[in-house]
Amino acid sequence: MKREPNKFEEAGQVLLQEINETGDEPTTQKRSLWSAIAIPVLAILTGLIIGAVLVAATSTSVYEAFEHSFGEGLRTIFIEVFTAYKALFTGSIGDPAKISNALGSGDDRLIRAAFNPFLESLVQATPYIFAGLAVALGFRSGLFNIGVEGQLFIGAACATYVGYAITGLPFIIHMPLAFLAGALGGALWGFIPGLLKATTGGHEVINTIMMNYIAFRLTEWLLSGAMTRPGSGGMPISPLIQESAQIPQFFQSPIRFHLGFFIALGVAWLVWWLLFKTKWGLNLRTVGANPRAAKYAGLSIGKSYAIAMAISGALAGMAGGVQILAVNRSMALGLSSGYGFDSIALALIGNNHPLGVVLTSILFGTLRNGATRMMVVSKIPVDIVDVMQAIILMFVAAPAIIRSLYRLRKPKQEEETAFVSGWGGGQS
Amino acid sequence: MSKKSLFIFAFLMIGSLILAACAPAAPKAEEPAVEEPAVEEPVVEEPVAEEPVVEEPVVEEPVVEESKFLVCQITDTGGIDDKSFNQTAWKGIEDAITDLGIEGKYLESQEVADYEKYLNAFIEEGCDLIVTVGFLIGDATAAAAEANPDNNFSIVDFAYDPPVDNIVGQIFQTDESAFLAGYAAAAVTKTGIVGTFGGLPIPTVTIFMKGFVEGVNYYNEVKGTDVVVLGYDLEDETKGLFSMDFDDQQKGRELAVSLMDEGADVIMPVAGPVGLGAAAAIQERGNAYLIGVDSDWYLTAPEYGAITLTSVMKMMDATTFQVIESVLDGTFTGGNIVGTLANGGLELAPFHDLSDLISAELQAELDQIQEDIIAGKIVLQ
Repeated sequence: MKREPNKFEEAGQVLLQEINETGDEPTTQKRSLWSAIAIPVLAILTGLIIGAVLVAATSTSVYEAFEHSFGEGLRTIFIEVFTAYKALFTGSIGDPAKISNALGSGDDRLIRAAFNPFLESLVQATPYIFAGLAVALGFRSGLFNIGVEGQLFIGAACATYVGYAITGLPFIIHMPLAFLAGALGGALWGFIPGLLKATTGGHEVINTIMMNYIAFRLTEWLLSGAMTRPGSGGMPISPLIQESAQIPQFFQSPIRFHLGFFIALGVAWLVWWLLFKTKWGLNLRTVGANPRAAKYAGLSIGKSYAIAMAISGALAGMAGGVQILAVNRSMALGLSSGYGFDSIALALIGNNHPLGVVLTSILFGTLRNGATRMMVVSKIPVDIVDVMQAIILMFVAAPAIIRSLYRLRKPKQEEETAFVSGWGGGQS
Repeated sequence: MSKKSLFIFAFLMIGSLILAACAPAAPKAEEPAVEEPAVEEPVVEEPVAEEPVVEEPVVEEPVVEESKFLVCQITDTGGIDDKSFNQTAWKGIEDAITDLGIEGKYLESQEVADYEKYLNAFIEEGCDLIVTVGFLIGDATAAAAEANPDNNFSIVDFAYDPPVDNIVGQIFQTDESAFLAGYAAAAVTKTGIVGTFGGLPIPTVTIFMKGFVEGVNYYNEVKGTDVVVLGYDLEDETKGLFSMDFDDQQKGRELAVSLMDEGADVIMPVAGPVGLGAAAAIQERGNAYLIGVDSDWYLTAPEYGAITLTSVMKMMDATTFQVIESVLDGTFTGGNIVGTLANGGLELAPFHDLSDLISAELQAELDQIQEDIIAGKIVLQ
């Protein structure tokens, strides 16, 4: 009983603060700019150092060299690690030597190949942006949407269906229609647990996880039944989508860079505007920050949850839609390598802010894309690459470790509220 | 900031500066170390005047092609150690590495969008042959082959109709060897019930189950017995037993347990790694036998060697090896190759530890059936 008044007081303050602040930029932003840049940079560096140990420890040639002599071993470690990281860099950003060679030769294909790494990183980042926005919007509204992966699958299936089944539409109508179908499918899949929470109080974490399983099996069933490609003999693969439904790629093979990246940026801006510039967004965030205070202020919590889950689902559906319409061109088993789950970490690292989500997505995309070249050049198995990425992301996600490691000063008041309320929101 | 943290920071900064400084220099020292001697050598040996002439052929890299012939494999989402087609195809490349002295690399796909990315990465790497695995990579492989007509491709377990000029599709008439396994299973069963289940109701899976059932039926016909097959219906293939999954071993365990509960004492799981779950369940009960698929499970899953009766082998390693050889000796042409018992693309694995169960008589019958299938005397549906 003693805590109750405190909580209300605190909540009231949050509410007041939110109302008084028009923008999302706290006044302390400038002071923490240094730590905002230093911490990710140091985290990546630390992650790379630990990753280097991992690369060295799992390389057989290092052990062989150490058997030969100690100096040889050290030299081999340096070469192995250096080769791996050089590949990570050239695979995700580009190889300066290759770019200048290609430009010198004037061969179109070579130039495209030379500039591909950087653009491919953005291609990789695109589904992360949508999925990350979905999770971030959920967190901001006090909802922990673990169902992004399932919403992504349903969105992809809807986009695929509209993409191949409807014929004769011009591009200008068909492509947006297919993309919106994806968003709608995801929205429906998100709305159901949102509605359940609003009306029955069923916890969204449990319900979204269960909805994931339904989505996975449903799409598998559709792919090997109603949506299967004619003549494939029941293979779980859909027909190719119509050309008019494809999100255009800007260049020829091998560059896959497509319009979807810019759509993602636009949607990120839209989410930011909705969350921070509209009264509706303020209500949403108020419910997220403290549902009791919001109730006290006369807001409808249930309505807010249901709408937030639907929008979150729509964003997740767009992630599936963009992969189908811009990259895969048909739906098959193995659609996603876990975008919906990675995006939970991603949204938290990005501080549940659209800009943070975009930047973190580009980091994720860059790491994933660079890993391909690293695997090709150094023959590092994909599992080691996964572990390395996880370590880097862990350090990015845990600034406290980095601060204590490098004795950085703690910033005064961070926007930690969004993190906490994501968990606590379910208690109401 | 304390002095210590400054020190650490400075160390990191200097370290990264050194790394950065090395970056442009390294390519010359490292990567092209193999390539460049090919360029430099003629320059050193021949007069300097030749240099401008020499520079042109550098792009062709004729020497490099001979010294390291590169075969690259892209797995589907099952991964390189799937005890199935990815692993078997890679074994073909490994064999070629030891026997033919080539170099091999692989990339494991984690999702559909990886296929095209990995194909591009390998084309960029200059692979002499790119091997992709499975029907799901079919579209991406065809697109890459069209965009890169000078590169050679081969795809395992998939065929193009019409054939593509620079892709070799490797497909298998698997029901032939599954027929033999079915016959052997019918001879070995004590309960008169054998079972099978698949990963998904797709042709590359159901062809195993179909051949297996036909082999059992043939045994019944010849011997006048009444051995029953659970898990597959020749009349309606959709009524079969499927795990709907190629990863989850728990499902394989559940399906095997339910088959054993129904009395089956020989089980053939056709679902990649899912079959390992079935193997574990069979080993726990200890009163049933397993028939492996794709590779010889006695060798690839030795922990279940004691219960592995035999395996229906798709020799994807042999066909992949063949394709590699054809690229090496310049006879590579696009098209489809079909593995059969006749051309060694299919085999029934030895019975290993359980060969006591197979009488000399039965072995002779199996040999006869194999000859009859090859000769076309036994015609499969």
